[in-house]
Amino acid sequence: MRYIPNSPEERDEMLAVVGLKSADELFRSVPKEVQLGRALNVTDPLAESEVIAALESMAAKNTAATKPSFIGAGVYSHYSPTIVDHLIQRSEFFTSYTPYQPEISQGTLQYIFEFQTLICQLTGMEVANASMYDGSTAMAEAYLMAQRVTRRDKIVVAKSVHPEYREVARTYTQHGAAEIVEVAFDEKTGRIADLAALDDKTAALVVQSPNFFGCVEDLEKLADAAHAIGALLIVVVTEAISFGLLKSPGECGADIVVGEGQSWGVPMSFGGPHVGIFATQEKFVRQMPGRLCGVAYDKNGNRGFVLTLSTREQHIRREKATSNICTNQGLIALAATIYMETMGKKGLQEVAMQNAQKAAYAKQRIAEINGYSIAFDAPTFNEFVVRGPLAATEILEKLRTDAGIVGGLALSKYYDGHDTDFLVCVTETNSREQIDSLVSALAG
Amino acid sequence: MTSIPENLRYSKDHEWVAVDGDTATIGITDYAQHALGDVVYIDMPRVGDKFGTHEAFGSVESVKAVSEIFTPVAGEVVEVNDGVNDTPEAVNKEPYTDGWMVKVKMDNPGEADAMLSAVEYEEYLSSQS
Repeated sequence: MRYIPNSPEERDEMLAVVGLKSADELFRSVPKEVQLGRALNVTDPLAESEVIAALESMAAKNTAATKPSFIGAGVYSHYSPTIVDHLIQRSEFFTSYTPYQPEISQGTLQYIFEFQTLICQLTGMEVANASMYDGSTAMAEAYLMAQRVTRRDKIVVAKSVHPEYREVARTYTQHGAAEIVEVAFDEKTGRIADLAALDDKTAALVVQSPNFFGCVEDLEKLADAAHAIGALLIVVVTEAISFGLLKSPGECGADIVVGEGQSWGVPMSFGGPHVGIFATQEKFVRQMPGRLCGVAYDKNGNRGFVLTLSTREQHIRREKATSNICTNQGLIALAATIYMETMGKKGLQEVAMQNAQKAAYAKQRIAEINGYSIAFDAPTFNEFVVRGPLAATEILEKLRTDAGIVGGLALSKYYDGHDTDFLVCVTETNSREQIDSLVSALAG
Repeated sequence: MTSIPENLRYSKDHEWVAVDGDTATIGITDYAQHALGDVVYIDMPRVGDKFGTHEAFGSVESVKAVSEIFTPVAGEVVEVNDGVNDTPEAVNKEPYTDGWMVKVKMDNPGEADAMLSAVEYEEYLSSQS
């Protein structure tokens, strides 16, 4: 496809109309010193086979993609059944954007409704929207929603929430009234420690579980603490596979559950596109951002799917809308839906159990190595922090070069005073042989 | 035929006010409910909220549209008709009684006197049509 479909003759004709001699003159308002002044450094045209060969050789440089990897930290390596990719490539789903004349696209609305239903069942909440861009922006929208619900502006967020999520939320909310207070985690347990910041100006307490260190937070206790001062509890989940094993945030008293759905059959893709999830209780639905699909019946009793409560949204309420999100992450939400429906209840439980068991095995073996220990003692799901005998960056570099293993993520990137700590993730894609070779490489 | 009770005061935004001492009860007129169509939800302020004259204090959502409702008089919200969201059709059926929205303690109790009388509101409506 050509993006500039006009011929040189047509271009000359257009230039003549506006009284210019060349296309370069169109850019004369751009100062000379910032103009490139030469042609772009690109190769001559290549044959298709040559392009593929060139791209394959570039892809081969990404050696991490073929090494055993134990990095999670918000993006997880999980097996995606081939049916997921096959079905999302059906032509009916090619234009997966939320339709502007929505009710004509019953198939699209049906899968959105199924997605929302599955999110509600897994999170233990009453309503879920048609998806958000990703987990971090979903968390930022949850801040804003909590401010609307409580009419308070203080957001108390645990430092054990993913550091990049906190950074996105700060950027996202920086021009609003939110006052963000970050609170410490317990150096022994790895769980949120300091609730002294909660007061009658607090809109929400924000925790991640399993948190950035893999530790499962005591959500029921935190819900009670938040509710006691009239604040909401926002629970963030970056590892969606954990829903298959852990008690749902809804059952623990969460008011808003947000998270990342990448683990559900979506490739890691260098960090995106992924899919955000957003669920809450029905009493807060009018303050919820994003698209919402509902089921309705016509006068003859036929079931149909409709976009519902659109009056919250920007195209109707303009600047009073709950959010400027007027769309959803259609194609990726579809992939997640197909994944969840393919796995089924038992499949989701089984994959979660495999993650937990393999991680528990790795955790136990690593803790037995001389000089190594587990940094935090709270229960974990499929990630945990290892404390090594020397700088984690050195340990990880040695693993990579000597053993060809991507061993984890050094916490020093985000946390002061944790130079010897690194985060290790074990999923169902890591074989026992891989775990054993990680252990022997660390021990060696 | 649009109902315009004589004992009330009216605004050009189609709110009505019933004055009792320094308290004003506020709702939307029969004309407004008819123009909006079936009301499904009312977004209300909270008791204690303070508003100046002609500030948006909430919104009425109907099957057709969302419309803001404005304070015809300045003051502090002292009571909210919370029950109306259980039966939002009351705004359509009984806009001047069961469909009331908020009670406001007026900053300036004389302010309502400057609003339109029933006769003036009726003239205003016919001049608009």
